[in-house]
Amino acid sequence: MGTALTQEQKITHLLSRMSFGATPEEREKITRMGGSAYLEEQLQPERIPDPIVEERLKQLKTVRLSSKELFELYPPPNQAKKQGVTISSRMQGPRYVIFELQQARLLRAVYSRRQLYEVMVDFWTNHFNVFAAKGADRWLVTSYDRDTIRPHAFGKFKDLLRATAQSPAMLFYLDNWLSVNPEAALRARGADGNPSIRRGINENYARELMELHTLGVDGGYNQKDVEQVARCFTGWTIRRPRGEAEFQFNSRFHDRGEKIVLGVRIAAGGGMEDGMQVIDLLARHPATARFIAAKLVRRFVADDPPPALVTQAAEAFRRSDGDIRSVLGAIVSAPEFYSSEAYRAKVKKPLEFVASALRAVDAETDGGPPLLRYLGRMGEPLFLSQPPTGYPDVASSWISPDALLTRMNFALDLAANRIRGTRARREVEPLLLAGPEFQRR
Amino acid sequence: MIFSRRIFMKNAGLGFLALGLPPAFVVRAAQGEKKNRGKILVVVFQRGGMDGLNAVIPFREKGYYSLRPSIAIAEPASGDEGAVDLDAFYALHPALAPLKGLFDKGRLAIIHAAGSPDNTRSHFDAQDYMEIGTPGVKSTPDGWLNRCLPRNNDASTPFRAVALTSRLPRILAGSAPALTMSSAEEFRLREESSAAMLRKLYSTAQDPLLQQGSRSLFNGMEVIQQVAAGVPSAREGYPAGRFGGSLREISRIIKANVGLAIAFAEIEGWDTHANQGGATGQMANRLRELAEGLSAFYRDLGDRMEDVVLITLSEFGRTVRENGNRGTDHGHANVMFALGGRIKGGKVYGRWPGLEPEVLYEGRDLDLTTDFRAVCGEVLSHHMGQKDLGKVFPGYKFPSRPLGVI
Repeated sequence: MGTALTQEQKITHLLSRMSFGATPEEREKITRMGGSAYLEEQLQPERIPDPIVEERLKQLKTVRLSSKELFELYPPPNQAKKQGVTISSRMQGPRYVIFELQQARLLRAVYSRRQLYEVMVDFWTNHFNVFAAKGADRWLVTSYDRDTIRPHAFGKFKDLLRATAQSPAMLFYLDNWLSVNPEAALRARGADGNPSIRRGINENYARELMELHTLGVDGGYNQKDVEQVARCFTGWTIRRPRGEAEFQFNSRFHDRGEKIVLGVRIAAGGGMEDGMQVIDLLARHPATARFIAAKLVRRFVADDPPPALVTQAAEAFRRSDGDIRSVLGAIVSAPEFYSSEAYRAKVKKPLEFVASALRAVDAETDGGPPLLRYLGRMGEPLFLSQPPTGYPDVASSWISPDALLTRMNFALDLAANRIRGTRARREVEPLLLAGPEFQRR
Repeated sequence: MIFSRRIFMKNAGLGFLALGLPPAFVVRAAQGEKKNRGKILVVVFQRGGMDGLNAVIPFREKGYYSLRPSIAIAEPASGDEGAVDLDAFYALHPALAPLKGLFDKGRLAIIHAAGSPDNTRSHFDAQDYMEIGTPGVKSTPDGWLNRCLPRNNDASTPFRAVALTSRLPRILAGSAPALTMSSAEEFRLREESSAAMLRKLYSTAQDPLLQQGSRSLFNGMEVIQQVAAGVPSAREGYPAGRFGGSLREISRIIKANVGLAIAFAEIEGWDTHANQGGATGQMANRLRELAEGLSAFYRDLGDRMEDVVLITLSEFGRTVRENGNRGTDHGHANVMFALGGRIKGGKVYGRWPGLEPEVLYEGRDLDLTTDFRAVCGEVLSHHMGQKDLGKVFPGYKFPSRPLGVI
């Protein structure tokens, strides 16, 4: 390991990993209370009052509404026409719902005092990615963020996994709501002879559940396991994707036969508990501990996670039965965390770059369309990652020439107060924000 | 040639000298002028699912008129609002009339009943499959247009692959570098006065990744400013709007000879569930924009079209039967267009599957007889010299007999 970090560098480093960017106020706070006390505080977000964010989110109309209310108030253009409602702007439709969701995410990243919590929400949003522009998901992701990800971001991994498995947003995004026992599909054929949209097994969720959510692609499962897991989740569906969007187990569509998942027998005759058993099995699997640990180390330490640290973090995961706080504690207290190799080793993702710049200039901002467009052009339109992988967390994904140009232009615009709805309250040298140093954390 | 090599050398060289940087790259780019006159593939994605049956109409097909009582396009013989006859079986929608001349000249080929074989009717999944080039397999990490690019990351040709979109589309995502831009004029720093300083900051940063990225960027900006200054934007002929603007910019980059190999543009608004219209109306307006764009592109490039092939894609076709809202719902097979100097045009390719109830796909949609990968693969190997089609379209078994569109 290289030279030890200075006290100043340690504070910079801790803030670069625990927050969306350092501010003078927070530097001062860490100097006063010490790094470990700061971390302790950040790990208890419910004890940190956050009035500024609450006040700002009050302005947003949609973030507190249910999926059903959103669907009724922001109907798809076709439906609005049928109801005789004239849509004068695309922003009156579901686009507006996604817009406010993005706005809320950015405002929280910039203003929340629960910075580590927001960092983890962003981490899980990408780990359990849902593309908010896919069909009914336009009305489902608001609740997904509020009711599925946020309550479990600091809890037990297994609870988060189950919550996502039963969320209408994920069921819709990865098609599990359509996945049925093929024999049941035949019985359900409509009287008009038209095939139902439910034609049989859909393996999409089963595959991503293992590849992306738990074991990882090299986690030791095969195609047979994908098929078996898909059978376990048949009948896990949504009551009404557009309307009363709630999780529902429909036993008529469930495959009751015996299944063998990763060598474990799941007896015939089961119902919803088949899927629950799979979740339990996957959440406790050693490959999952290692996969989640490696991703967290990648987020908090370096693009190439030091293997010894991953082993330690995975051990903390296993010991604590997947307690996310314990894993974070293990990572931050390891010697690799404050190493010179880790210092400024990460390139900021677009959200991290934009939020840290806004924090650096102490911006007064509405988090509005110009900023969200900038994020889109940098390659990270919030909640709009199409592939189930979510946005990547490695430098090489983000430094394309045009993305770099957009970052520079954003920084120059911000420093010169050219962004509508955003005003810098602290003067910062434009070339510092646009230069190479500020691209890293 | 509008883009003079001497002017390029002089201007760019001065710019670099003023920055105190060696003009090696400029020399390379200028030398590359000849080398860079390579073959070009342009892909246009029609997002939303075009109704192929109303774009290229099988007017001799009995079922066509009975299935579409309010939106069918009248036969060619019927006069003003009628379709434009191609070969006594198919006819173009009247709004596509600007394409008729290109078809007759043999520069435009049409492939009917073509598309992606996967049965999904989700825009999201169908577009995804068409862009990653592996229908039915979602885990493919990159797009097929990226996989057909050479791997070497040569900063001297930052314009090898360009998407005229605000973010990099899936079809171009991958390990080979690709640029996105909206126009040559916009691909520049908001404060020119900061350029020299930023360039210096990045080039001296102890940060290989940022160094390399910024080198491509600043090289790219030099090139694009030359494009902007040296190749005037063709004003005439292109339809108003984003699509026409995209084709106009692609044409400029082609004319500037800066090493472009792959370009991508999109045209939206094809999801015609309600009030689709017939000879006029919603879809007719989209078709007119498409046809005017393609024909302006062809005229604008002139002889240079010998090096260019343009292909259109759309995620799926639409239901054979019109729905209760005088529109059509998500269907299956569609129509593709292929335009270029070397295209064997003047013909509608693909086996016509028919519209009888028993031959419809899943009882409702036009059946698919040509996989889009067969068309794209043929263009890639015959036009772009792609040797390893298995790398571009993994898992796809190409038909034993080529279509012969090129």
